[in-house]
Amino acid sequence: MGMEILGLPMMYYIAMVAKVLVAFVFVLLTVAYATYAERKIIGHMQVRVGPMRTGWHGLLQPIADGVKLFFKEEIIPSQASTFAFLLAPLIALVPAFITFAVIPFGGVIEVAGYKIPLQVASYIDTATGQIHDLNVGALYILAMSSLGVYGIVLAGWASNSKYSLMGGLRASAQMISYELSAGLSIVAVFMLSGTLSLSEIVNQQSTIWFAFKQPLAFCLFFICSLAEINRTPFDLPEAETELVSGFCTEYSSMKYAMFFMAEYANMVTVCALTATLFLGGWQGPFVSSFALLGPVYFIAKVYALMFFCMWIRATLPRYRYDQLMHLGWKVMIPLSLINIVVTGVIGYVIK
Amino acid sequence: METLFFAIITLVAVVSAILVITCKNPINSALSLILTFFCLATYYVMLDAPFMAAVQVMVYAGAIMVLIVFVIMLLNVRVDAHKKQTHKVALGCIIGLFTLINTAFLIFKSRAAMPMGPYNGSIIKQIGHTELIGKEMFTTFLLPFEITSILLLVAIIGAVILAKKKI
Repeated sequence: MGMEILGLPMMYYIAMVAKVLVAFVFVLLTVAYATYAERKIIGHMQVRVGPMRTGWHGLLQPIADGVKLFFKEEIIPSQASTFAFLLAPLIALVPAFITFAVIPFGGVIEVAGYKIPLQVASYIDTATGQIHDLNVGALYILAMSSLGVYGIVLAGWASNSKYSLMGGLRASAQMISYELSAGLSIVAVFMLSGTLSLSEIVNQQSTIWFAFKQPLAFCLFFICSLAEINRTPFDLPEAETELVSGFCTEYSSMKYAMFFMAEYANMVTVCALTATLFLGGWQGPFVSSFALLGPVYFIAKVYALMFFCMWIRATLPRYRYDQLMHLGWKVMIPLSLINIVVTGVIGYVIK
Repeated sequence: METLFFAIITLVAVVSAILVITCKNPINSALSLILTFFCLATYYVMLDAPFMAAVQVMVYAGAIMVLIVFVIMLLNVRVDAHKKQTHKVALGCIIGLFTLINTAFLIFKSRAAMPMGPYNGSIIKQIGHTELIGKEMFTTFLLPFEITSILLLVAIIGAVILAKKKI
């Protein structure tokens, strides 16, 4: 405790490493079991049983899949641009994981007399007792998710195959268009909260969730996020019937698995961000007396939203490309702009 | 510690900036440019301006460069055979030299500490960087801000007119 490195107590570093490890392992495990859950849930919705053979009710299926993909042959097409081809899965995967750094997954807990806020990129100033976190957390997430496009664009271009290129172009056009309306729809939340810091936004939702104050923004943001991470009904970049497998047609083995992981990690991130911005994050009953309930509520909300994503996938057919663009530019963006104006007017009247 | 970090980032920034103009493949040049933008964003973080950093990544790396990469991919630019272009190189050298002399002159004759605005580091930390930018942009600099948006609007309308034959 007494030791200090660069003016910060030893516990600071221990807490940081612990938080990074916990968040990373949590996302990895969720990603692995989200694939299993998706197959199981969709299976039952379609009156099948889903994976049953590996382990009890197929519980070891993600591990079997991982091992299988790991030992598959690595194929790099001879006409591909090797460097970009190898770089693309990494660019897709990294932003999906590092966005978790700013999402608060619990309140403040105390370990051995040192207070730790449960958010990776934050600490408590022991002198003033103030929580310092990245005060533009929401913008950081938007910035990182806008980088995810490169992974897909590069994969499409570097594979040097027509299916991949078409898939990559579709994906990037779709992600750019829906990024706009996703960004615009959460502006209304910032107008209510008056801050861009995610931990502050969660604190303000201790009495009422922003989803009730901003129902339109909530719906818009969730729909646009689904489109941005290429989930059904917006999974055109990988429409099997037209494009074989879209931008990852030429990928095999672990590199294919990395795209797969990036997709699911993006789903976790989007659900966590929606829970944080609109569903009160880790806030819930009795959380002020039992700080450890915070992460429980947070995980419950995230998993509920993920279940909702899978439910949508089992229910809805895929959009056509022109319908998708029409929806993005002519419905979503005007609606989110109107929402901003209405929020501003109402806020002004109430004041 | 900070100096070491600054040195590493600067090294990456300079190397990637050189790669932008030396890479033969335009996509690789674009990727290096993105890396340069990232390093610039890191400078903003080091200057306690997280909002600028986030916007730098979001606008330059996330939006503008995506469009540029898009255009490069659609146009399918072939790698041109290298021609000797001595005139252009000479002109570039002269312009570069003048710019370098100018920059060096300004740095050594530095008057950066002279004009002091109403804001300093402690005020920015107290009120918040984002709040200050927003307030100034919509009060003091409202007119330039609106003019810039009209300029962008004109560009968009122009693009639509050029792209569509029948409106």
